[in-house]
Amino acid sequence: MQWEVVIGLEIHVQLSTKSKIFSGASTAYGAEPNTQACTVDLGLPGVLPVFNGEALKKSVMFGLAVGAQINERSVFDRKNYFYPDSPKAYQISQLYYPIVGEGHIDIDLEDGSQKRIGVTRAHMEEDAGKSLHENFHGQTGIDLNRAGTPLLEIVSEPDMRSAKEAVAYMRKIHSIVRYLGVSDGNMQEGSFRCDANVSLRPKGQEEFGTRAELKNINSFRFVEKAINVEIERQMDILESGGTVVQETRLYDSEKNETRSMRSKEEANDYRYFPDPDLLPIVISAEEIEAIRETLPELPDDKCARYREQLGLSEKDARALTIDRDMADYYEAVQQAVDDAKMAANWILGDVAALNNKNAIEFKACPVSAEQLIGLLKRIKDNTISGKIAKEVFEAMYAGEGDADTIIDNKGLKQITDTGAIEAIIDEVVANNPGQVAEFQSGKDKLIGFFVGQVMKASKGKANPGQVNQLLQQKLKP
Amino acid sequence: MHNKTIAELSAGLKSGEFSSVELTQSYLDRINSLDKQINSFITVTPDLALEQAKQADEQRAAGNVGILNGIPLAQKDIFCTKDVKTSCGSKMLDPFISPYNATTINKFNDTGAVMLGKTNMDEFAMGSSNETSWYGPVKNPWQQESVPGGSSGGSAAAVAARLAPAATGTDTGGSIRQPASFCGITGLKPTYGRVSRYGMIAFASSLDQAGPMTRTAEDAALMLNVMAGLDPRDSTSVDEPVPDYTASLNDSMAGLKIGLPKEYFSEGLDDAVAKVIESAVKEYEKMGAVIKEISLPTSNLAVPTYYIIAPSECSSNLSRMDGVRYGYRCDDPEDLNDLYIRSRGEGFGAEVKRRILVGTYALSEGFYDAYYVKAQKTRRLITNDFNQAFADVDVIMGPAAPSTAFKIGELTDDPITMYLSDIYTIAVNLAGLPGMSVPAGFVNDMPVGLQLIGKHFAESKLLNIAHQFQQATDWHTQAPAAFK
Amino acid sequence: MSTLDKSDVEKIAFLARLGVDEQDIPEYATNLSNILEMVEQLNSVDTDDVKPMAHPLDAVQRLRADVVTESNDRENLQSHAPQVEQGLYLVPRVVE
Repeated sequence: MQWEVVIGLEIHVQLSTKSKIFSGASTAYGAEPNTQACTVDLGLPGVLPVFNGEALKKSVMFGLAVGAQINERSVFDRKNYFYPDSPKAYQISQLYYPIVGEGHIDIDLEDGSQKRIGVTRAHMEEDAGKSLHENFHGQTGIDLNRAGTPLLEIVSEPDMRSAKEAVAYMRKIHSIVRYLGVSDGNMQEGSFRCDANVSLRPKGQEEFGTRAELKNINSFRFVEKAINVEIERQMDILESGGTVVQETRLYDSEKNETRSMRSKEEANDYRYFPDPDLLPIVISAEEIEAIRETLPELPDDKCARYREQLGLSEKDARALTIDRDMADYYEAVQQAVDDAKMAANWILGDVAALNNKNAIEFKACPVSAEQLIGLLKRIKDNTISGKIAKEVFEAMYAGEGDADTIIDNKGLKQITDTGAIEAIIDEVVANNPGQVAEFQSGKDKLIGFFVGQVMKASKGKANPGQVNQLLQQKLKP
Repeated sequence: MHNKTIAELSAGLKSGEFSSVELTQSYLDRINSLDKQINSFITVTPDLALEQAKQADEQRAAGNVGILNGIPLAQKDIFCTKDVKTSCGSKMLDPFISPYNATTINKFNDTGAVMLGKTNMDEFAMGSSNETSWYGPVKNPWQQESVPGGSSGGSAAAVAARLAPAATGTDTGGSIRQPASFCGITGLKPTYGRVSRYGMIAFASSLDQAGPMTRTAEDAALMLNVMAGLDPRDSTSVDEPVPDYTASLNDSMAGLKIGLPKEYFSEGLDDAVAKVIESAVKEYEKMGAVIKEISLPTSNLAVPTYYIIAPSECSSNLSRMDGVRYGYRCDDPEDLNDLYIRSRGEGFGAEVKRRILVGTYALSEGFYDAYYVKAQKTRRLITNDFNQAFADVDVIMGPAAPSTAFKIGELTDDPITMYLSDIYTIAVNLAGLPGMSVPAGFVNDMPVGLQLIGKHFAESKLLNIAHQFQQATDWHTQAPAAFK
Repeated sequence: MSTLDKSDVEKIAFLARLGVDEQDIPEYATNLSNILEMVEQLNSVDTDDVKPMAHPLDAVQRLRADVVTESNDRENLQSHAPQVEQGLYLVPRVVE
């Protein structure tokens, strides 16, 4: 049988506020356990939540960026369940009236085409604490520093049909929240987490198959792997005539398998009801418009501008705009050297290659935009050749200083003195009488050979254009 | 000294007739010798009280101080008090020494009031008789076989027995007004949101409200002057100007329009209590008020509506008591669920469990719409009734409770009849209105309270109406024989 | 809908993680059934066109400025906790 894969994602984005969603405790990452858990975060008797307006603003920004309906009235509900990382035994969330309604984004497929993926809704909620499973005499330790960090949960329609599409969707959402500055998107620190609902159905069938929910997958790579192994697992079950059980599963990246989390299954009747400690969140159309005014240029718009105004190809424009840090870098370089294609080629070529090789994110690139500008200016003013520039770039990446320093230290300055180049040419001509004769008898292609010899003799420093020109003169019969 | 009101004591402090330390010591002595009879305090804090009294005396010597400076008060054990046990009447929180102060406690501290101790109450404020307290029942100072009412039974009994000039209470379905009525004192439940709920252990968040329990309306006004106001830590507290509640105490009753809901004088009301209320109303007529019969047709829905909303909210509010971060924890839990189930099973008493079970059921899948959403709708109907009535009248009057205090143990096996003792008070919480109980007479030597219900934020009006009654009558000055 | 039996009570008690003594369950079942019967009076009222009321006052949520106002108070907050070690609250091992 031919199976169709159906995937929907729930992405949890930590909003980058200074204080928590319902208390004045800090959200900074990495503090000593429970030093950023105040009376409210601990759920002490008598404490009450007060809502952080910045979480609202950032949520609205996201909604506007995905073309969604912003609900002028939204309500916080309590989701009741007992778990030690949930100190009140309920999570404050939004079930019935979320802040962000239906929207959509366009994802880029490998064949260069685009696909529209629906965003069902996005709602605000509070993050849980962390359970530390190290052995404290056979017990678990609870750290509530993370409890109360604001989250935006973004729920997609089940519109994705492969693990690759799911990753492309996740990347696009990541790109948008980073562009907006509503989240740092740091996946290692858990600022951007993903649950995937995966099911299969016979191709052509309209109704959905039974789904499994894969919990908390924290990297793009693992999302793809986790979904693919889950697809295989479900296909094996279905092919052998079995039925998939609706359940929550955990991806084990070491074993590359998913396994059932029965502990989360027992009696999940969350008894949602409106939180009586909080009042309805109301935002006016005027306030929404004012927030819209503050939105930065988003990846799709930026991509279009790069194509139209800068003449970049669709592929280059996409690649430069997916990561806001890369786009900002590109724009700084492009404006300084006034050469859109040259800047694009360098950033997508040498810079990206070394970053990938060293597994470094763009924002941590060891060569700053200013440094790259310094290098490209030396190519433009013929101080060095493109080939030498690559050598300089590698030295800059290794932390050896700015382009000019490296050029000086290594003596890489291009030779542009006609006399000096002529002296090298004379030597080359003298050493290769046979080739000279052949050239003069009409074998024009040999010019390349002579250029190569001169460049080699100059250790690459002779200006290739000048070399070519002078050779033509010298070799004329 | 112990028969003086706050207003009189404050004058005594001001004139130097006595110091706060002397005053505080005299109350501590009374508590020490008399409270064993009625069990109105869970915790007495003599060291803290005398320290606060000393500071108050120093502040007074240094300059201008507020009226409550140096006045000893009793605080219901539902308010979190830093470094003092805050039990909420429960074994669950018996080990809970609060690391922070409720906003109300901070306000009293800031004005220089003195805390004598923490008063007994129904467990987590769930009860109408103070019999559900883990610390044992409170006895009614007027007749010790009777209940003081609840849940603020300890506060009501302490004030009636002159063990404190005034106390705080909280009222979710009548928990200030019904014990005030049973103990013959003055109790005010302000408009929902008028007084901060921060640090007041939540029972039903959309109904809970703190207020003063005093011997006179004037004292209630002095207390509310300190308690009322916006609190940035409570989203449901209201940003509404706080007047001086004593300013209009002496306004005339001439032309005051009083509504008497016929539903409050029908079946279920004790005849003798009805007579007391009727003669109180006549007193107002003498002062020039106009009486009008009104109808609150959805009155019969108040108790059932309340017994969905309050248990639902409480089932969620009390889930945080899980034995992990504070409070009672069972011995040697086998696993996580065992920790939860036994800590909560051993820590909560029967009435609290009953309400948690009802609330959990009402919110559970498949029943939410039929129970919770339905109750939210009938809540609106009940509120609409009041709004309509207040188009024609300035104040609604009736009994605070259908009878005088019942006997200890009389209703413990009959939860529903117990719930019905709040039949006249519950609707006021559902609508968020201010309500008062004012001593209006006696039946068989047991006090009867007249209930006053006002429009939202009409506390000044209610206090004025109550004060005028107290100028014309002396029911509020009567003291129980054993505590004169 | 209004009569609860033993297994209903057990199910609800587990949802609420609330230990109830075996011998008390029948009484809870009766209590709860009576309470539910009492609240079923509400069904006699037509509320189709009534908007649910969550709060007594028709107010909206105030917004707090995004400022850190709390500082580390762990020692005070944990001083009466049932069991802590290295700043962590301890619970029986959680199996995932």
